[in-house]
Amino acid sequence: MSKELMNKKDLDRALTRMAHEIIEKNKGTSRLCLIGIQRGGVYLAQRLAAKIQEIEKKEIPVGSLDIALYRDDLNIRKQQPVVRRTEVPFEVNDLKIVLVDDVLFTGRSIRSAMDALMDIGRPASIQLAVLIDRGHRELPIKADYVGKNIPTSLRETVEVQMEEEGVEDRVTIRKFESVEGKGAE
Amino acid sequence: MLNNKDLLGIKELSVQEINLILDTAAGFKDVLGRDIKKVPALRGKTTVNLFFEPSTRTRTSFELAAKRLSTDVINFSVPTSSVVKGESLIDTALTVQALGADFIIIRHASSGVPHLLAKNLNASVINAGDGTNEHPTQALLDAFTIQEKKRKIAGLEIAIVGDIMHSRVAKSNIYCLTALGARVRLIGPPTLIPENLKAMGVSVFHNMEDGVKGVDVLIMLRIQMERQGKGFFPSTDEYSKNWGLTPERLCLAKEDVIVMHPGPMNRGIEIVSEIADGPKSVILEQVTNGIAVRMSVMYLLSGVKR
Repeated sequence: MSKELMNKKDLDRALTRMAHEIIEKNKGTSRLCLIGIQRGGVYLAQRLAAKIQEIEKKEIPVGSLDIALYRDDLNIRKQQPVVRRTEVPFEVNDLKIVLVDDVLFTGRSIRSAMDALMDIGRPASIQLAVLIDRGHRELPIKADYVGKNIPTSLRETVEVQMEEEGVEDRVTIRKFESVEGKGAE
Repeated sequence: MLNNKDLLGIKELSVQEINLILDTAAGFKDVLGRDIKKVPALRGKTTVNLFFEPSTRTRTSFELAAKRLSTDVINFSVPTSSVVKGESLIDTALTVQALGADFIIIRHASSGVPHLLAKNLNASVINAGDGTNEHPTQALLDAFTIQEKKRKIAGLEIAIVGDIMHSRVAKSNIYCLTALGARVRLIGPPTLIPENLKAMGVSVFHNMEDGVKGVDVLIMLRIQMERQGKGFFPSTDEYSKNWGLTPERLCLAKEDVIVMHPGPMNRGIEIVSEIADGPKSVILEQVTNGIAVRMSVMYLLSGVKR
């Protein structure tokens, strides 16, 4: 049983607002880049970049980051996570990076992502943009830009679907049958 | 995911497992291109290189792969170990495991030794070459290199040239490339190509010119000098005259042919320097890809349930 939280229109409006906020906070696009976390974050980063470009008429670099090798649960997982490509085709040294992810939950993915970024270079700063903040942080991490705050219980999972994966844009929430299940990350 | 805690041979892998290893290796190749060529994925794990046969490049490649994944590495070299004092193989391996090894990389002159250890140990055993049986990571890095250069493997004409009979590299390559849908040809003197290999779905050529015609990939094997004078071929001169790769012969292959060699090369015997160092050679890329593929294998094995 799942409930819709955002439809295509809602998602687009949220991204438009976030694009404006990113430009406002950074006073333009100078030395700015977007890096999406594999996989959902990558599509969101590309969409945000397109919106920022439309508003500011300036192109900004976009990259993708895979965090599989930096996770803190490699020793306890039942199965190793799939390793995807990290493609950051520009120097991140002294850039202001906006890290983009779909759902912010425990904060552990973001911790891994920051470690992964530091191994690529030394950015001037890292900011965080997420489409959904569902609470339940386990680390001292906070997003700078949020599409939508959604209070959830630990027995629920939030799913972000996007056109880039061949389905309609949609955010849904679903209850787990068993206590075993853990939500999106 | 992989189904087995060990990598013993290509024969034991499914096509899905081979593809998973190759796809994952692409992610590790990214890591090798960075300033910081290291990831914390296998922090706290221990790798033991157990080499009962001399090897520089394979051992170094495994060592680097293990270090790039943040495991600690011990090189157990045989001349200085208790093996020379008569310790049995299993005892040596159990001792290594008791030291806390999570990965045991083994090379041995006898076929089947990795299989024996795998049965007796909890650690992941990776075959780095056993007798004339298999050398699976070499075949995987060859497949990865071909895929990177040609964007596919299925349907390619791939020739393996030289001493097929004594070559574990050839055997692993035949399993791997035919499983991935390539058409494999073996080229060499009749004394060095066992008849029964035809059952594996390969074609055999005893004439270099005929065999090279129209191939997409040439894998040259090292002629093992210790075989000289044992009746397999008359002399190295004669071998290179009949089976050596020269510019004239290379012209018979496809325009965009790539030339591979597992190393170490005998320049001027199975391959002339002009080709080994030329634009069609991917021999040095094989070395780099070897690290990425071995990282991929270790990473994936670490996730297999015991």
